[in-house]
Amino acid sequence: MSEHEFQHYQHAHCESGVTANLLRHEGIDISEPMAFGIGAGLFFGHLPFLKIAGIPGTTYRIWPGAIFKRVAQRLDIKIQTQRFSYPAKGMKALDDALAAGKPTGMLGSVFYLPYLPEAFRFHFNAHNYVAYGKRGDQYLISDPIIEEPALIAPADLVKSRFAKGTPEPKGFMYNIISTPKTINLAKAIEQGIKQTCFFMLSPPVPWFGNKAIFLLADKIKDYPKKLEPRKAALFLGNIIRMQEEIGTGGAGFRYLFAAFLQEAGTLLRRDDLLQFSTRLTKIGDDWRNFAYHAARQMKDRKSDLVSYDDLSDLLKKCGQQELELFREMKKMKW
Amino acid sequence: MNVEEVPQDPKNFKEGEKLKKLMYAVGKDGKYTGINSAGWEAENFATKQAWDDIDEELARIEAQVLAGELSPIPYYMQKSLMDIALLAKYMEKWEWQIKRHFKPSVFKELEPAMLDEYARIFNITTDKLTHFGQDKKENHQ
Repeated sequence: MSEHEFQHYQHAHCESGVTANLLRHEGIDISEPMAFGIGAGLFFGHLPFLKIAGIPGTTYRIWPGAIFKRVAQRLDIKIQTQRFSYPAKGMKALDDALAAGKPTGMLGSVFYLPYLPEAFRFHFNAHNYVAYGKRGDQYLISDPIIEEPALIAPADLVKSRFAKGTPEPKGFMYNIISTPKTINLAKAIEQGIKQTCFFMLSPPVPWFGNKAIFLLADKIKDYPKKLEPRKAALFLGNIIRMQEEIGTGGAGFRYLFAAFLQEAGTLLRRDDLLQFSTRLTKIGDDWRNFAYHAARQMKDRKSDLVSYDDLSDLLKKCGQQELELFREMKKMKW
Repeated sequence: MNVEEVPQDPKNFKEGEKLKKLMYAVGKDGKYTGINSAGWEAENFATKQAWDDIDEELARIEAQVLAGELSPIPYYMQKSLMDIALLAKYMEKWEWQIKRHFKPSVFKELEPAMLDEYARIFNITTDKLTHFGQDKKENHQ
């Protein structure tokens, strides 16, 4: 294996993109939506008490690392993952892996990646990218969210891999050790869908899964009462950014998952999956509509064009439709 | 969302226009496809708002540093998009220690090694950290 053989493909999301690119390198032709769906990447969470820079956390996806791990398990792929206490050890392990011709997936902070536009560089520590070789002392990086591969200096890569904060990547890196001769996509699709339904419907606490959409809707209703206008606008802005800014494929991963359902339905010749896909696409459009009106609310903070009550109702509509969709999906016969 | 509805509103700030991200949308044949997008007005506005908030705060801090009310540490902290908790982690200090270094009188007495460490974390030279605003003055002359 040489670095020239590694093909960089741009994807919507970093982790499902890295997963697809690493698997393709091993000869397993898998699309990003397929990796995302098998890895049960779709989720929702709202954590009012976990504030980042004073703004409550909202997520539209499962926690970092889960997608790659689940895809590997479900397709019977052997992987190796490592974390490090010391940066020097983490960089040595990377150099060894690259010398052995192994493209290596890594977790890191986007703040220290100079090849990304400044507009997107915040202290977000759960970004995924692949190193697949070196040019002099610089590393060749395949970052799925950008169009072309990039180069990075060792000093920047160390900072990204060993960034502090929440979560701390601690130099986390992952490699594919071996792949099976044949893969059973049908079984993996079933497992991915079942797990997505479970995570959306089953959490007994209000902060995770479908319930959290309603929690956020209730919180938004209270924004004008509890927050000064500037803060309320920042809170709303953060929700829009998590949903649309980068790495979600649009409408907070809903389109990516709908693309997965369509691909799975075509592959398995199941009309029910195709119908679920169409429905989720429409739900994604409703999420976009929510974001559109939230942005208008932010722009004109005194305007009554769309009130916070209306925004809350738009969100509840998304939550209710998803609740019905995942309940039906859960009942599918396999 | 249909392919023709995918917005192409460039993010014209902080190099945002350089990235054309991939989105998923439905084509004329009803099939999902990946399509590049320059950005979307709603999302661009949210990103811009977050940056404006940071930049406004940075300007406020700068004025306080120049007025001698604060040391340059909080300025470069804000410029590095950090809060006290995160800076304390990078410095391997307690938050109250970092807060003390915000005082100009305490900052003046900091050991060179400590200043070097701050400068390393802020990705600037130690000289720039200890001579706050001087390059700016030179520019004005």
